[in-house]
Amino acid sequence: MRFPFLTAIYCLPLLAVLIIFCFPARCRVAIRMVALVSSVAALAMTVLLFFWYDRVAGGLQFVEKVPWVSTLGISYFVGVNGINVILLLLTGIIITAGVLASWEVAHRQKEFFILLLTLTTGVFGVFMSWNLFLFFLFYEVAVLPMYLLIGIWGTGRKEYAAMKLTLYLMAGSALILAGILGLYFAAGQRSFDLDLLEKAAYDPVFQRVFFPILFVGFGILAALWPFHTWSPDGHASAPTAVSMLHAGVLMKLGAYGCLLVPMTLLPDGARFWLPMVALLSVVNIVYGSLGATAQKDLKYIVAYSSVSHMGIVMLGLSSMNGTGIGGAVLQMFSHGIMTGLFFALVGMIYGRTHTRMVDEQGGLASRIPVLAAFFVLTGLTSLGLPGLSGFPAELAVFIGAFRAYPVVTVVCTTGIVITAFYVLRLLQRLFFGVRRNTNGAAFGDAKSAFGDAKSAFGDANTVEFIALALLMLFILAVGLYPMPFVRVIGSAVAPIAARLGGM
Amino acid sequence: MTLTLTHYLVLAALLFCLGVYGAITRKNAIGILMALELVFNAVNLTLVAAGRFRPQPDAVGQLFALFVIAAAAAESILGLAIILAIYRRRVVVNADEMDLMKN
Amino acid sequence: MADPVVLALAVPLCPLAAFALTWLLARGRPAAGAALSLPAIALSFVLSAVMLWGQVQAPGAIQADIPWMPAGRLSISMGILLNPLSALMMVIVTGVSLLVQIYSLGYMRGDPGFARFFSYLSLFSFSMLTLVLADNFILLYMAWELVGLCSYLLIGFWYEKPEAARAAKKAFVVTRVGDLGFLVGILMLSLLAGTFDFAGVARFIGAGSVPQGQVTLVVLLLFCGAVGKSGQFPLHVWLPDAMEGPTPVSALIHSATMVAAGVFMVARLYGIFQESADALRVVAGLGAFTAVFAAAIALAQDDIKRILAYSTISQLGYMMLALGVGGYGAGLFHLTTHAAFKTLLFLGAGSVIHAAGTNDIRQMGGLARRMPVTTVTFAVAVLAIAGIFPLSGFWSKDEILEAVRAGGHPVLYMVALGTVFLTAVYMSRLFFMAFTGASRGEGAHESPAIMTVPLLILAVLAAGLGMLGSPWVGRGIHGLLDPAAPRPVLNMGILVLSNGLAAAGILLALVLFGGRAGARAAHARKAGPLYSLLANKFYIDELYLLLIRALFFSLTTAVAWFDRHIVDGTVNLVGGASKMGGALLRRTLSGKIQGYALIITCGALAALAILLAAGLGLFGAWLTGPGILGPGGAGR
Repeated sequence: MRFPFLTAIYCLPLLAVLIIFCFPARCRVAIRMVALVSSVAALAMTVLLFFWYDRVAGGLQFVEKVPWVSTLGISYFVGVNGINVILLLLTGIIITAGVLASWEVAHRQKEFFILLLTLTTGVFGVFMSWNLFLFFLFYEVAVLPMYLLIGIWGTGRKEYAAMKLTLYLMAGSALILAGILGLYFAAGQRSFDLDLLEKAAYDPVFQRVFFPILFVGFGILAALWPFHTWSPDGHASAPTAVSMLHAGVLMKLGAYGCLLVPMTLLPDGARFWLPMVALLSVVNIVYGSLGATAQKDLKYIVAYSSVSHMGIVMLGLSSMNGTGIGGAVLQMFSHGIMTGLFFALVGMIYGRTHTRMVDEQGGLASRIPVLAAFFVLTGLTSLGLPGLSGFPAELAVFIGAFRAYPVVTVVCTTGIVITAFYVLRLLQRLFFGVRRNTNGAAFGDAKSAFGDAKSAFGDANTVEFIALALLMLFILAVGLYPMPFVRVIGSAVAPIAARLGGM
Repeated sequence: MTLTLTHYLVLAALLFCLGVYGAITRKNAIGILMALELVFNAVNLTLVAAGRFRPQPDAVGQLFALFVIAAAAAESILGLAIILAIYRRRVVVNADEMDLMKN
Repeated sequence: MADPVVLALAVPLCPLAAFALTWLLARGRPAAGAALSLPAIALSFVLSAVMLWGQVQAPGAIQADIPWMPAGRLSISMGILLNPLSALMMVIVTGVSLLVQIYSLGYMRGDPGFARFFSYLSLFSFSMLTLVLADNFILLYMAWELVGLCSYLLIGFWYEKPEAARAAKKAFVVTRVGDLGFLVGILMLSLLAGTFDFAGVARFIGAGSVPQGQVTLVVLLLFCGAVGKSGQFPLHVWLPDAMEGPTPVSALIHSATMVAAGVFMVARLYGIFQESADALRVVAGLGAFTAVFAAAIALAQDDIKRILAYSTISQLGYMMLALGVGGYGAGLFHLTTHAAFKTLLFLGAGSVIHAAGTNDIRQMGGLARRMPVTTVTFAVAVLAIAGIFPLSGFWSKDEILEAVRAGGHPVLYMVALGTVFLTAVYMSRLFFMAFTGASRGEGAHESPAIMTVPLLILAVLAAGLGMLGSPWVGRGIHGLLDPAAPRPVLNMGILVLSNGLAAAGILLALVLFGGRAGARAAHARKAGPLYSLLANKFYIDELYLLLIRALFFSLTTAVAWFDRHIVDGTVNLVGGASKMGGALLRRTLSGKIQGYALIITCGALAALAILLAAGLGLFGAWLTGPGILGPGGAGR
């Protein structure tokens, strides 16, 4: 039998969970080393997967299929297409950076890593499941640990945020479950396997009824307006690594679900409803960026910018052509890494200044030049600067969407000006201008220079630097030469676009 | 006079009512548990009798009764353990005062 | 001879390598930054000169590209298109960059961010050269944004100055507004033409299958980008503020190269622009208006760099005007000469600021005796920009005037002539106030040779570059840019008219501002409301600020409120309703286990009773019949 490559990917964090279980809580170094080793190994495997995936042949590869509950059509069926490859890679990157960003977690460290890695297991599983039952199973594994992670390790109104987020996602799950069952019975194949469900012919009326159920169910997780308010509260309250994983990966999981289930299986419903989605995504983009402009808390700003950027993903999905959908997937990848960087940086800055309020900081560039440089680059990515990953993704989405909805797309492009405004204003207030003291440390002797600042708190340490550099590496890779990524994505997107009738 | 099924059922019904009455009225938690045992035994009696008086008598009724006895034993143990645990913490065995769940 | 494509690629890649190496190697070693950056740009300059020479010898387009990203039917590629226009721009960009970098060695000496400064300059050179070489809209847009980034980084170079940080942000955001139009134009082209290649798009639009209205719309949208980048009205507001950056940056980016990118873009896409006469009329009209508008504002400014900034806006308007009326060669010629004398003006201003320690010309005066080299070179530049024969500005400006006149635009012609006069006035005012009169700055002294040598080189260029367009050197620059261009002739009428206007302007400035400070203030008072209108730049900044406050910020506040109270309010309402429901139901529970047991028993008994009653037939056929909802049930 061939080596079960995909199973091994999600078993790595699971294995780490079991090993950490066996350690006593006081072995702090051992616990985080286990977490790190497992996530780095998973990252390495996803990178290998990216290179080994045959992008010319396309289609489903690395398939493992074992009957499970045959009478109900449930099978253990995992495989990857181009989209999965990209999203698995994203997960690998984010969890590795997330573990590094949680290096100094002090409170209940053992339980923290157990939950974090359980969550990762679920996410990996979702991105490779091709049986809807298995998909839902992993989906719930990915969603549930979030409640504890925010409730226990969060800050601020963490109980409220954790409860809100969990209830929202549960509501989404309920819709998804109803939708999946509807598909199962309507297809009449007695199977949850996606390849079989895809071949079934669904009644157009059924499609129109079930498309919104499934789309909204997944869309909640992708912060589709007006179901987005869990995101600012949740992301603001969550600990750093959880914000990174949640905004970086779980929101993509929602968009991926939208693409995988309703859009692929219910093309008639998609053609009926997607123009509506395009309108909602305008609201997401413009409303999200306006919301970000009004916020004063760093994490809220980043969270609202996520709402705005996920709108671009939704706009790409709604375009129904290969360019737009491919751009949307690239944007998922790009935004995942970018927002991971954002939350990591916000966590690091908070760890130094002990405030997340923009007004209470200033002139940080000369005190923490390396962090400032990373923050500036991340901000530039989010406003779509060429050479960084946001640009090719947004460009592809806009080109694709313009073909489908010219006027809507033009309105959406105003979002990039608003984004430029709030990002640059944030940079200006945070890093430039007069230095403002927040924690009583004496300074004023620090010279703005090429990295030789003397200050009360240090710049990025090695662990932080590695985490940030890892993320930045991929932002630059996609930004400078998106071809390999786009081709992998394109091999999976083309059939979906063909089903939807646009190329 | 031969014993018919009715006799057994009337006896079981009486036992059952006694048990329920005890379970509702006793203040002492251990008393409640004992009363519940009566209820179980009333059910057992019904099962055994019903098995005995089937057109082709077999052991199914007794089998069920054995299961019930096993379950009841487990239940009593669990109940007693809970009562003991509560007693240790709060020094009460009075069911009226066990209303932690309320608040 | 090496492959011209490789050579052309090397021109932008040299500074890029310098940029990357500076960040990798030069941390904490300031000198290394300059040591990497200067040779790189010098090499680029030499290569560019070779390119230009090649184009002069044998004009012809060389194109090469590699695929970068597929987008459905479209393919986005990274490619270069080397033609006479881009070769000329490359020489201008690398030449100015080289001189400015040499100058910066002196100007930025001892600055803690020395290496960072040079690395940014290298990044800028790379971006600008890429912009110049790009053969398709996507790469052009990318380079367009990258030069915007460099501008942002360099304006905000002294980021601890709040004004600098604010100006940097303003520059980026305002140009982004223009870029928005550019982007939408590109999106429209993707739909209409199905290609991003300049030549392909020009061919497609030239074929005439696209409705005229759509062509005009696309061209105007593309022009929006040029308006933003070249500081044309109404997006000019960022350029004066950009003067917060170090002066060499102002010279390089905000006068000679990046701001000229808008003009360059129009020239590069001239084949497409020419397809829409309406759009060209807009270009010409907006250019002429900006020229006179900015010149008028420059009359009343007191900050030496801001005067030069408005002058740049005005001159760029001039170039746009030229392109708009069909004077393709004239516009680019003016771009070339302007690069020389405006860089000279800025570097001279930097020298003055260095010496006088202030930007305010009211606090300068009498610098001529203390800084002879700066004064002489500055005077050359002033005369050049005023258009005095035979300096470079004269030749290019007269060609524009000739083009406007020949194009049959009497109103624009008058405006252009008026601008000639205004230009002479405000430049002479600057010169007289700063360099003549009573001496104020006591410690002022001439700048070191590393700064004055570039000034001298530029002064020679500012004086002599115009010869390229004079009748005495054959077809000169025009033959290079447009093989069909006729040999230039000296139009005596315009010569006399424009020189007369310029001389009148200089004399007027001498009378008004040559004297003492008290007299100047009196003139300002006499001018009254007009003066304050000009000094406050027609209150455009205030108007924008007001609009942004009134519309944008109230909108963001409204969104935040809506999100917090309406969207979230609904969510909390649902949550609250469930909680309330729970609290109500909670009352029914006593917490006494035996109470529950009693209820259970009663319920069980009730169920039993119903079953019994049904068994005994007490309910008739109502329960045991076909059913409550059955067909026969309702009738009984």
